[in-house]
Amino acid sequence: MIQPPTQTAVAAAFPALVWSEFRGGTRAVVPRDELYKTLEFLRDRHHFDLLVDITCVDYLNYRGATDRFGLVYLLAATETNERLTVRTFVNEPDLVVPSAVPLWKGADWMEREVWDMFGIQFEGHPDLRRILMPEEFTAFPLRKDYPLQGRGERHNFPVLTREEG
Amino acid sequence: MAIEVPENVVVSRLDSLASWCRKNSLWPMPFATACCGIELMATGASRHDLARFGAEVFRFSPRQCDLMIVAGRVVMKMLPVLQRIWQQMHEPKWCISMGACASTGGVFDTYSVVQGIDRFIPVDMYVPGCPPRPEQLIQAIIDLQDTIQREGTISGREFATRQRQQPKRALVELPVITLPRGVSHLPQGVRIE
Ligand code: SF4
Repeated sequence: MIQPPTQTAVAAAFPALVWSEFRGGTRAVVPRDELYKTLEFLRDRHHFDLLVDITCVDYLNYRGATDRFGLVYLLAATETNERLTVRTFVNEPDLVVPSAVPLWKGADWMEREVWDMFGIQFEGHPDLRRILMPEEFTAFPLRKDYPLQGRGERHNFPVLTREEG
Repeated sequence: MAIEVPENVVVSRLDSLASWCRKNSLWPMPFATACCGIELMATGASRHDLARFGAEVFRFSPRQCDLMIVAGRVVMKMLPVLQRIWQQMHEPKWCISMGACASTGGVFDTYSVVQGIDRFIPVDMYVPGCPPRPEQLIQAIIDLQDTIQREGTISGREFATRQRQQPKRALVELPVITLPRGVSHLPQGVRIE
């Protein structure tokens, strides 16, 4: 839920935003180039002080989809009790978006997770490493073109026998 | 020529004496990574009371244990840890794979979950179930005790047998079934070549 005055003010500042409603929630699609400025504006001018989550959706083979990856930022304003979903789309091969760590410290691990699972690069992130998968893993497992059972990584280990143990 | 022994002396083989000592004081190493671990705790707790079988002293240091109980899924990132802990345990040592996940990967047939720990470390006893009841785990421990008594040797020669050396199953991937477009599941009895 977002208050109508807030929405008007944000829409006036960023005319490129595309607004929609779903089950009482407000969503705004923002072009990637304006993403950082929009987030900064929301945080500084409209009390969106809490970054609830950053996540990503792979729209490969999704019906009606035109872009490959949809990046989702869930924001909340703890003072005014407003919530807003900000989305942006990125396509291969240019999977770079500005990092939100300078705005919200909590974005650090969330962005690492999105990098780990989808391979989206966050420019300006202080330490963009894998967070869940092992360091030597090379694929991005939540992409739709990655097979569910993997490419044999799960069985790529030395076998211990009784003698070696 | 008969040798006379006093009445309170029992004659036995050294192997069987050592095995008898070992089997009655197993020290489990709980490698509990998921829900099966809860049943493992229940097994050690007062109601099921693993102490009746001499295996109640759970130690969290591999150096002090001789029975590893793997209870739960083991993922790619955890497997090197599992192997290292197994290597840190002193001989003689045994391993129980508890539950569907540890034995086969269970329902988690995904990129990150190892499809059975017996592919990478030697396993002596499997416990089926999801999760197995504490009675099943106790039965596995009793069966393991029988095995130790039956085959055990003081020098651990039984571990050198070929069958104990190899991983239990071939390292083959199950085929990945790809369904035709628009089909969400296979009708019973239909096979895809
Ligand atoms: S076998 Fe069942 S209870 Fe045990 S770890 Fe797997 S899912 Fe959990």
